[in-house]
Amino acid sequence: MMEELRDLYQEVILDHSKRPRNLREIENAEHQAKGYNPLCGDRVTVFVVLKDGKIQDVSFQGDGCAISTASASMMTEGLKGKTIDEAEAIFGKFHDLVTGKVPPGEVTESLGKLAVFAGVQEFPIRVKCATLAWHTLRAALEKRPEAISTE
Amino acid sequence: MNVSRESSVVGARPSPAKKSPFDVHRIREDFPILKRKVHGKPLVYLDNAASSQKPKAVIDAISRLYSEDYANVHRGVHELSQRSTKAYENARVKARRFINARTEREIIFVRGTTEAVNLVAQTYGRVHVRAGDEVLITTMEHHSNIVPWQILCEEKGAYLRVAPINDEGELILEELEKLLTPKTRLLAMAHVSNALGTINPVREIIRMAHEWDVPVLLDGAQAAPHLAIDVQELGVDFYAFSSHKMFGPSGVGVLYGKEALLDAMPPYQSGGDMISSVTFEKTTYNRLPYKFEAGTPNIADVVGFGAAIDYIDAIGMESIATHEHALLDYGTQTLSEIPGLQLIGQAREKAAVLSFVLEGIHPHDIGTILDQDGIAVRTGHHCAQPVMDRFKIPATARASLAVYNTKEEIDVLAAGIRRVIEVFR
Repeated sequence: MMEELRDLYQEVILDHSKRPRNLREIENAEHQAKGYNPLCGDRVTVFVVLKDGKIQDVSFQGDGCAISTASASMMTEGLKGKTIDEAEAIFGKFHDLVTGKVPPGEVTESLGKLAVFAGVQEFPIRVKCATLAWHTLRAALEKRPEAISTE
Repeated sequence: MNVSRESSVVGARPSPAKKSPFDVHRIREDFPILKRKVHGKPLVYLDNAASSQKPKAVIDAISRLYSEDYANVHRGVHELSQRSTKAYENARVKARRFINARTEREIIFVRGTTEAVNLVAQTYGRVHVRAGDEVLITTMEHHSNIVPWQILCEEKGAYLRVAPINDEGELILEELEKLLTPKTRLLAMAHVSNALGTINPVREIIRMAHEWDVPVLLDGAQAAPHLAIDVQELGVDFYAFSSHKMFGPSGVGVLYGKEALLDAMPPYQSGGDMISSVTFEKTTYNRLPYKFEAGTPNIADVVGFGAAIDYIDAIGMESIATHEHALLDYGTQTLSEIPGLQLIGQAREKAAVLSFVLEGIHPHDIGTILDQDGIAVRTGHHCAQPVMDRFKIPATARASLAVYNTKEEIDVLAAGIRRVIEVFR
């Protein structure tokens, strides 16, 4: 496989895309929102349960490409126990990473496992796949009623 | 100017005797872009249903017009305006001949198939469709042949009816026939499906519709580059197609309409060129086809479109169809051998479109990985979401072939797909 592709489809990403974590509905979750990427037809619903200002539980359901599924899966893993502000901060750094605003090395440490998405930089058309679940999470936290769209 | 006299001078078809035997490698030489590399690999361009590449003859025709003959058309008495007008109107003659329309008055230059459909919806449609009436389309339409009718029906309180397709991606004719009623004002449908490649039995369908006095609009965007079209033989009422899918420039298309229908229709857009006289009290509209061509048209690209028709004529539509059919057979066989690959759209009559899904792998990932091999395919819903819903899939990957594609390129595609499967194993 070519190097850029290997960077994009890292083992961790492939693993999460094939065996997504927290792929389930949280019934009656107070915070939930739908996201849609018209470009590739990816759909995701994100569910969040907050307790004492922290994310007690977060999950997703949907159908998407490897990048969007892995991103949703790893997002849910990485955000449990975080405050809303902390989640926002992580999304900010993640966004900077995948859009190439910051060189991969600089943000790697604070992002932990999520740093594997650095390869998306080389594929600008895939940024929307990587950020769909995150935008949807934000909409869920803000209790936005309409489905959000990447277009 | 006298258009019909023009046609007798420049309208002769290139004589078949001039045609040399079909040689795909010589044809490839005509397309400069096919020599380039993508991500370090030779370009394998398999996205022709979205838009085709352009031969040097087309590129040169546009460049020559701008370098030597360009001025505005239809107005000037000066030499360049006359030369531009002649080149522009010659393209109309070529387009007329290409679909065997009766007269150049039936050839309206528009921006593309989408504008042609909108033109009919907003003029013919607004006059003839009333509350409670029905417009009939099919499940396999491109969004551009759905939305203009939806908007019209909403405005008029009319109903949009949809003829279903079977698992192979073929229209179910008995069901379509049942949907033709005294309330049906128009049947608008694809000649060839962009997402599935299905070639519809339009002659039979038009006959069926006409028995109910229902006029038929055919979206010919995917048919024009691959099939010989004879609007008189089909008896079709409106036919729409685009230059950019048939080796011509983008931004040009044709709406064919039967003269009597076009004559009775109100204008679409208004402005210069489409009028014969204007006072503040009353405006008299220009005759056909100019009534529907308001404003300065896309002169150079229309001329380029004429060159594209010449290019197709020189190869011969029959040779093109034969070559593409061989590619389709080879591609169908080659891709079917790949484990986990499912072809979407297996109509008996099919244009060279290979739409497919891979078990457990999203088309978007397929597209990204193939791109790294220099292979350009389309992934997504192909502006035909109802087709995707029909097959209960979010998207497909689609390889669509043209006259310059080769069996070797299909082998490269198959190897690329196997690599995709390996990445995700």
